[in-house]
Parts: sequence; C-alpha cells; structure tokens
Amino acid sequence: MAAIPIEVGLVIAGALFCIGLVGVLVRRNVIFILLSIEIMLNACGLAFVLAGSYWRQPDGQAMYFFILTMAAAEVAVGLSLVLQVYHHFGSLDANMVNRMRG
Amino acid sequence: MTVIFYLSAVLAIAATVLAVTRVNAVHALLYFICSLLATGVMFFVLGAPFVAALVVIINAGAIMVLFVFVVMMLNLGPQSAKQETAWLRPRAWIVPTLLSAVLIVELIYSLTHYRSVVAAGHVVPPQEVGIALFGPYLLAVELASMLLLAALLGAYHLGRGVLRFTGGRS
Amino acid sequence: MLGLLWLVPALPLAGFAVLAIGGGRLPRRIVSAVAVGSVGLSTILATLVSVRHFWLAPKGGVYSQTLWQWMRLGDFVPTVTFSLDALSLTMVLVITIVSLLIHIYSTAFMVPEEGYSRFFAYMNLFVGSMLILVLADNLLLLYLGWEGVGLCSYLLIGFWYKDPDNVRAAMKAFWVTRIGDTAFAVGIFLLFTSLGTLQIQPILREVAGYPVGSALCNAAAALLLVGAVAKSAQLPLQTWLPDAMAGPTPVSALIHAATMVTAGVYLIARMHMLFLRAPTVLFIVAIIGAATLLLASCSAIVQNDIKRILAYSTISQIGYMFLALGVGAWAAAIYHFLTHAFFKSALFLGAGIVIKTLGGEHDIFKMGGLYRRLPVTFGAFLLAALTLAAVPPLTLTFNSKDLILNQVWLSERGGDVLWLLGVVGALLTEIYTFRIVFVVFFGPGQGKPGARPSLWMVVPFAVLSLVGGLVGVPELLNLLFGMKGFYLYLQSAMHGPVRDFGFAGGELLFQGIYVAVSVAGIGLTYFLYCHAPERVRSLVSTPAGSILHQLLFAGWGFDRLYRTVIVGPYVRLARLNRGDFVDIFYVAVAQVSRVVSFILSLMVTGNVRWYVAWIVIGAVIVLGLVVIL
Repeated sequence: MAAIPIEVGLVIAGALFCIGLVGVLVRRNVIFILLSIEIMLNACGLAFVLAGSYWRQPDGQAMYFFILTMAAAEVAVGLSLVLQVYHHFGSLDANMVNRMRG
Repeated sequence: MTVIFYLSAVLAIAATVLAVTRVNAVHALLYFICSLLATGVMFFVLGAPFVAALVVIINAGAIMVLFVFVVMMLNLGPQSAKQETAWLRPRAWIVPTLLSAVLIVELIYSLTHYRSVVAAGHVVPPQEVGIALFGPYLLAVELASMLLLAALLGAYHLGRGVLRFTGGRS
Repeated sequence: MLGLLWLVPALPLAGFAVLAIGGGRLPRRIVSAVAVGSVGLSTILATLVSVRHFWLAPKGGVYSQTLWQWMRLGDFVPTVTFSLDALSLTMVLVITIVSLLIHIYSTAFMVPEEGYSRFFAYMNLFVGSMLILVLADNLLLLYLGWEGVGLCSYLLIGFWYKDPDNVRAAMKAFWVTRIGDTAFAVGIFLLFTSLGTLQIQPILREVAGYPVGSALCNAAAALLLVGAVAKSAQLPLQTWLPDAMAGPTPVSALIHAATMVTAGVYLIARMHMLFLRAPTVLFIVAIIGAATLLLASCSAIVQNDIKRILAYSTISQIGYMFLALGVGAWAAAIYHFLTHAFFKSALFLGAGIVIKTLGGEHDIFKMGGLYRRLPVTFGAFLLAALTLAAVPPLTLTFNSKDLILNQVWLSERGGDVLWLLGVVGALLTEIYTFRIVFVVFFGPGQGKPGARPSLWMVVPFAVLSLVGGLVGVPELLNLLFGMKGFYLYLQSAMHGPVRDFGFAGGELLFQGIYVAVSVAGIGLTYFLYCHAPERVRSLVSTPAGSILHQLLFAGWGFDRLYRTVIVGPYVRLARLNRGDFVDIFYVAVAQVSRVVSFILSLMVTGNVRWYVAWIVIGAVIVLGLVVIL
C-alpha cells in the first residue's frame, strides 16, 4: 500500500539482525540465546517479505511461512533441550555446556 | 501510511534493543513480543496481510507463549536477575557490539550502493500466497509438516525425563 | 672336449652354492671334500681343455661357447659366453692349479678356525668369479667377474670380522678398488655408446680402424687403466694391499698375490688393441709400472711384518708387469704373471707355515734359525725366493723379468731410463727377498717352533715352489729342441711389436748384466744381515736415516696423504651436514603442520558463543571482501 524504498527496509531488517546477533554473543543464559536467535529469524523473515513485496510475487510470503514453521519446530526442540541442560548441569550457563571440545 | 511504517520500525528496533538488554527473562520476552507486533504492522503496511496475521498468531501467540511457559517452569524470575546482572558486565558488551557494528556498516554500505527507482509496497493478497503454497511450493509444505511432526516427537522424547521435577532450583 | 669349458667356472660356483646353503651343518671333512673336489675337478677339466686347445687349436685360435642370453635391451643382447684363446687359457690354468694347491693347504691351515665352511664357500665363489672374469667374451660378463672377485676379496680380508681392524682393512680394500670399478664402468659405458657392442673381439676389431691417438681410444683406455690400477694395487691406488694382509694367509696367497691383483694386468693385455691406439695412455702405464716397482721395493726393504714385505713385493712385481704392458710386450707381462703366481703364492704359503708354527708371530726379527727345525719349508722357501730374485742357474734363459727388461730397453720411448729403473728395482728385489731368507731362517732371533707343520700344508707349498722354479724349463727345451714354446704361443695370440737386439750376443750381454746385479744384491744383503747387522741399525739411527726409514716404512706416506687430503675434509663436511640440510624442508613441513594444528586446536573450546563469534567474524570478512572488490 505504501511506497517504501527497499534499501530502507533492508537496512531495518539488517539492524534487527545485528541486534539479535549481539544478544547471542553477549548473553550467557541459554534461554536468552534462544530468544536472540528468534530475533534474528524474525529479521530474516522481514527481509524476505520486503523482497516479495518489491517484486510483486507471493514467494516472499511463502518463504516467511516456511521460516516461521522452522522457527516453531526449532523452539520446541530447543526448549526441551534447555530443560535437559538444566537437569544435567544444574544451571543455565552456556559456558558450562562445553564438554564437546577437541 | 509511510509514517506508520517508520514509526513501527523505530518501535521494533527499540523493543528489540530492550529485549536483548534486560536481566529479567519475562521482561525480555514481553519486549520481544512487542517487537513482533510492530513487525506485524510493518508487514501489513507493506501489503502482506497474510503474513502480518501469521506473525501475530504463530510467532507471538505460539512461539513466544511457549518461551514464557518454559521460563515460568524454570522459575527464571527476579531470583535469577541477580545472576544475570553479574554475567552482564559492561566489559562483555565491547567485542559483540564492535562486530555487529562492523557488520551493520558493511550491510548499509552494500545496500545503499544501489539506488532503485521503484519502491516496495505492492499488495500481494492472501489468495496469491495460497495459490503459491498449493502450487509450486506444495512439496515444501508437506516437508514442513513432516518437520513439525519430527519436532513434536523430539520435544516429547527429550522432555520426558525432566518434566517430573518441580523446578525449584534457583 | 672343448664343450666342457663351461664346467670350469661352473664347478667352483656349484661348490660355493652347496657350502653357502648347507655348509654350516656339514662336518669339516665333507666341507673340505666339496671345496677341494669342485676346484680339483675344475682343474682337471681345465687341463684337458687346454691341452686340446694347445695342440689342436680351432680356427682363429679362439673357441667360444655361448650358454644363454643374459638380457635383451633392444639391439643390445649380451650373452653369457665363454671364449678360450691363448691368453685366457694361460690364466685359467694358473688360476685353477694355484687355487687347487691353496685349497688343499687351507684344509690344514684353517682347521683351528671357526667359520671353516664360510671360508671355503668364499674361496670357491672367488675361484668361480675369477674364472668368469678371464673366460668372459664380453665386457659385461667380465665386469660381473670383476665385481665378484672384489666382493670375495672384501669378505675374505674381513674373515675374522670380530676384530674391527680387519673390518677396516676390508672396507679400505673395497673402497679403493671401488674407485677403479667406477672408472671401469664409465669406460664400459663409453665403449658401448661409441661402438654399440660390448663383445671384446668385435671391439678390438673396430678400434683397430680408429686413428692412433683418437679421443675415444684415449678416454676409454684411460678409464680402463684407472680400473686396472685400482684392482692391481698400483700407484696411486696401492694403499689397500698392505693392509689387506689382515686376512688369513691362504687368502693373501690366492687373491692378493696370484690372481685378483693380476686382473688389471689381464684387462690391459686383453684390450691391448685399444691401448695400442692410445700411445699416451700406454706410456703412462709404463711410467706407473716403473714408479710403482721402485716405490714398493723401497718400502719392502724396511718392513718387519713378513706378510707386509711380501705384499709390497707383490705390488712391485705387478709394477714389472705394468711396465711390460706399457712398452707393448704383452706376452712378456703375462709370462711374468705366470711365474709370479707360482712363486709368490708359494712364498705366502711358506710364510703361513712359519707364522703358524711360531704361534702367530709375524715379525721377522722375532723369528730366526729356523732352517734346522723346518728343513723342507726352508728348502721350498729358498727355491721360491731364488725364483723371485731371478738368480741363475735356475732361470737361465727364459727368465720373465729379464725378458721384460730386454723389451723395455728396446722400446722406443724413454727405453733406457725405464730400463735403468727396472734394474735398480731388481737390485732392491734381491735385497728384500734375501733379507727375509737370512733373517727368518738364519737370523739370531729366538724363534721356537711348536708342532711340525701338517703334510697337507707342506706338500702344496713345495709343489707350488717347484713349479714356479721349473716353469722355465719347457722354454729352455723349446730353445734347444725347437718344441712349441709357451711364450711364442702367447705371443701368437696378442700382437705386439716384436723387437730384437739386432746385434749378436746382445742377449748374452744383458744376461750378464742381470746376473751381476743379482749376485751383487744377494752379496750385499748377506753382508748386511749376516755379518754386520749392527751396521744396518747404525744406518737407521742417523737422523737422515731414521726419517727415510719412517717414510719408507709407512709406504711413502700415501696413507697419511690420502687421509689429510681426501678423507679428512670429506669427513668434516659430512659431520657439518649431520643434520642433513635436505631434511630441513621435510622437517619444516612437519613442524609447520604441528604449529598450525596447535593454533587451530585453540579454536576448539566447546563454547557455543565462541563459535558464533567466529562465524560472525568470518561473515564480516567475507562481506568486507564483497564490498571492497
């Protein structure tokens, strides 16, 4: 409906992505890391929808649909893994889950 | 209309920044839900009403709610806020912020390099999206459904042993 | 009859095979039976074949027997072929007869040693290889025999390998002869690439068509000369032979007196046409011969170890053979080889008997007065010594050394100087030979012989000595009764310049000179060592005398020279490169990969956020590249 220059939209999506990235790198609690990943996924979806709107094709929205499905599946499994981590290590510190080294 | 778009964009970015920097898990989640709603508005302005609805219903309504449930179960409320503060010393923000800043600068540079005349914002009605999903993307839809089934089974199996505890450790 | 030629080298090799495989398990009697038997059969066959060839020579004077095709490389098809002519016949007879007698001698000599069967296996292999060498029809087969005798020489010098000195002597022999072997091989390559064949007779025919002094002939002859010089222990590669006396005495007798060291002489005589086309090289042969005979004789005079004296004597006598070859008197050289093989091996065997009965004593000044206790040994030893000294009346007309000196006097280039050197050498020969005789058998030393030597040792020794002394008799008969003489027979096979004195009585005049020299030498030695031994000691103790004595004792300092000039710097260089600089690259590769792997292992912390950070850094870099480029 409105005419938005696509670069601006993509810059907004990029900004959201980078903020999510900062969240992944900084936070030590695995729940927050998962949350930050969700932020990044959301930013990617925004970029896709922008592209679909630019080219006047439904493909962008279809892609967002799939991203969303994947995010749901990932969150479900991810959170159950978080529960397992809490059960085994007694805390939600990501630095503790480092047995797979070398 | 454009004003609404830019307003909700600013809102989304602000809410996301806040979500990332909170020490209380529930606060962070709620801020993110706010960001998602702003994103939904952005979608609607861009002429994608279908995905706008999807954001609100599924992303904010299902995924985030799941997050909230788990956070509640693990009792990550005010008690763990102290630990989070301890972990989030200012010194820890330097390198990630630097990296992301470099990344965003590169993105902005490469994006603004190309100046386009035609702008985005064409409406793509849900009918077209539906036709696309049942047409060329049919296989992908079926695979997505299998993915969800796998996730369901996985989550059930992984959560079996731990659901018995009351989650009182803080 | 002639078809049995192949058995002559094959039988000793078969003996070697039997002894090498099962010798350790067989009793000593069987071992000696196999060894002596195989060589004995070979000798009988060789005699039969030779007699047949001598009296009824086949056309062309050469009999060839091809056994099989060795290899096929395009046009080059070397075969295993044995060819018999006057030269190889002489060599075969000498080798087989001398080997047989020495084998019989060794069955008694080597009795107290362990490794009895090993010894006879090596000796049989040696005899087989030497026979292959002299019967070979092409240079490739000759080289096989050449290498074979070199190997056996090494194995036998180092027979008592538990003593590191013996091992060092064996290695030294091998290294020095290796220099010659390499030059010989390069010579073979040169001949092959230029002439396309390695068969000896075709090579000689081809080379006859080349101009005198052409580059190919000079180069090939020079390379073959280096090979011969090394194998025959001539200047400058003579340093290995005195040390090779570390081996058992039968080995010294067989290999380092009679046969292997004469392989060089055989080679030059066989390839005489090539050398005739390279007169410069031939002259060098003569010079080497003359120089060697003088230097070695001087060294022989001052040695104390009986075997070392005989070793230097061998070097000197082979110098005479080289001198003869150098003036083109091929038949004379081979004739001298014939006589030398017998009397020199006899001298060695006699020395062996003396050493054994005195319980391993090698120093002649600790022996003495043995002529009463070992009469037969003394008699045979004296006979061999007289033959070496070329004393009349035993060796009246056909003395090989006189023959050589006559030919040298009559030769074209520098004949008189070389003749003079030869005569001085003859004088020195008398001195050192009779020094041994007088000191060992008549000297004042306290030699106390133990048990009497076994008959198996004395008889072969006596036989060798007798043959050596009487080998000139058929020639005498030839001169008196006109029978077919050996020397003329040899001359018919190898074409060289025929020289005559020109004036009647020339022969007699020179004979008189030689007789005078011999008598003077013996008299001088008798005077010095029997009547006035103190004179010798006082001569040696003067400052000039002692320096000269030390120089001569050390073989004119060649060992020291080579050690400082060649061995020393090389060893120092090798020590410098102990870490092997070529390895640096390979070690560096391993080091680099280790370092890189260490650095990369630092990346694996197990921390998820660390991994994400590095992914982001990677993305930043890639995007940066996209932006920049």
